[in-house]
Amino acid sequence: MKADFGFREHAHTADCELEVWAPHLPGLLEQAARGMYAIAGVQLAAGLSQQRLLDLQAADAEGLLVRFLTELLWLQQEENLGFDQFSIQVDGSYHLHASLAGGEMLKFGKEIKAVTYHNLAVRVTPRGLRVNIVFDV
Amino acid sequence: MVALDDLVPISDYEWEIPRSHRADMRVPVRLFATRRMLEDVMRDKSLEQAVNAATLPGLVGHVVVMPDMHQGYGFPIGGVAATLLPDGVISPGGIGYDINCGVRLLGSQIGLEVAQPWLDDLANALNYFCPSGVGEKGSLQVSDAELEAVCRQGSRWALKQGFASEADLRRTEESGNVEGADPGKVSKRARERGRPQLGSLGAGNHFIEIDLVEQLFDRQAASVMGLGEGTLAVQIHCGSRGFGHQICTDYVEEFQGAVAHYGIQLPDRELVCAPLSSPEGQGYLAAMRCAANYAFANRQILAHNARKAFEQVLAGKVRDPYLHQVYDICHNMGKIETHAINGQQLKVCVHRKGATRAFGPGNPELPEEYRPIGQPVLVPGSMGTASWVLVGTEGSMERSFGSSCHGSGRLMSRHQAKRIVRGEKLRQDLEAQGIHIRARSMAGLAEEAPQAYKDVDQVVETVVGAGIARKVARLHPLAVIKG
Repeated sequence: MKADFGFREHAHTADCELEVWAPHLPGLLEQAARGMYAIAGVQLAAGLSQQRLLDLQAADAEGLLVRFLTELLWLQQEENLGFDQFSIQVDGSYHLHASLAGGEMLKFGKEIKAVTYHNLAVRVTPRGLRVNIVFDV
Repeated sequence: MVALDDLVPISDYEWEIPRSHRADMRVPVRLFATRRMLEDVMRDKSLEQAVNAATLPGLVGHVVVMPDMHQGYGFPIGGVAATLLPDGVISPGGIGYDINCGVRLLGSQIGLEVAQPWLDDLANALNYFCPSGVGEKGSLQVSDAELEAVCRQGSRWALKQGFASEADLRRTEESGNVEGADPGKVSKRARERGRPQLGSLGAGNHFIEIDLVEQLFDRQAASVMGLGEGTLAVQIHCGSRGFGHQICTDYVEEFQGAVAHYGIQLPDRELVCAPLSSPEGQGYLAAMRCAANYAFANRQILAHNARKAFEQVLAGKVRDPYLHQVYDICHNMGKIETHAINGQQLKVCVHRKGATRAFGPGNPELPEEYRPIGQPVLVPGSMGTASWVLVGTEGSMERSFGSSCHGSGRLMSRHQAKRIVRGEKLRQDLEAQGIHIRARSMAGLAEEAPQAYKDVDQVVETVVGAGIARKVARLHPLAVIKG
């Protein structure tokens, strides 16, 4: 029996495909972030915690997913920050408010160029939500 | 799903998926492959993606897929599609995140027998002068004003800074300076990502490679290019770095709304697009051209640094250590070109994603010396395998919007490659074959193992058999610098 939340990587010829599942949208966003960091091989430094607040708006769940992950990529690439604690709230009109805690990255092994919309569709299942995300690497 | 039975043979090297395959296709799909290659083609979703691409509004002719095709996102890698001006669409996903990813080939008069003792030093020097790897900054950092100049002028900016010669520019697609770039259409984020990365190789499949010109197939064309059998050459494969990635990300996001606004129905949201004549389409085109110019300048700076590396190691040891430019090509680009389609000269936007422009002889876009032979087409292999120099033909103008293949094409996922190949063992094996390897990451090296790619020789035989390119020279790798 699978846990109610998680992620796993699928084979993709050129890029990376991540399957993510969670009982609800905030959980799905958190798992997607953790999965993306796993693909990138992110290792966070111990020590001082860094915090960031995010406020994002999208037209739908898929758009919010792309915006959220793209924002994390931006913080990774420009500020060398990664996060391992997530407090995420999403209202009914896909407005996200998130408080993230993490730290500087000791290293990451793979450059993720972008989060794509390729066949992106958040599916409702009996156990929650599920989505496959393709990253350009 | 596309099955083998859906493919209609046109010749031994060309197949068609007719419009009748799916109701929303606007044009057929033509793919270049041998029957033997089709088995690999069917292993992933590249043909399904080509069928999806064939639904874009304003397409003309057919969607073309090259034999190095593989699954991407939205468009397949190896895809070519042309949309009619003024109201056909432009799709950022049909060009890719690494805008103007491309290849530059430098030739030399340096014979292998003279250079052999210094190959290890050359690999070290290239590795030192050409920054590479995940998140690595470039060899120079520019101000916002300088970045705007790079966006507008591309290689011409590099020329003014002393990183290029006029001959370099002449032998670069678009002379290294695409017109119509507007930095005002580029986001603050893209600028922030672009400023520190100029003059860097990046990671993934990007590389600098020293090659031996192993075999000539067209001595006259090779002579025009300055490629002599037994001499060294250098390939540089990279693109517009985070600058281009951010521009594509920004516009794929913006176009999510544009498709609704223009009432465009698509089978995949990554194919989002806008009419070329619309403000959104014009905005993307102007921003994409900024990234294209950035990439030209980037490869130019890397070429300058490669010359410094050769000069430092070989000065006084060889008669002339200079690396002259053979050509610089783009393989992720959208270009406004005129093509003959159904007997009419039409102005179209050619999307090439993992496909190389391959103009045939006589094309006025080519530098004078290349007009009699056709445009050089650079087809890099995969570290342990050959690379090829081809030229475009009349056939490529007639059948593939003046396009050809761009590499060997991935066969295996990165995950699978890492499962079956150990990076350190691969490095040892390649070194044992006399190929000097410099890599920042052994896992990254394993992902790019030659086994993960198709047979580049088969890919080349296919485009030559199909008549969309002609062989000039085969290159053999001597040293590879991977990000």
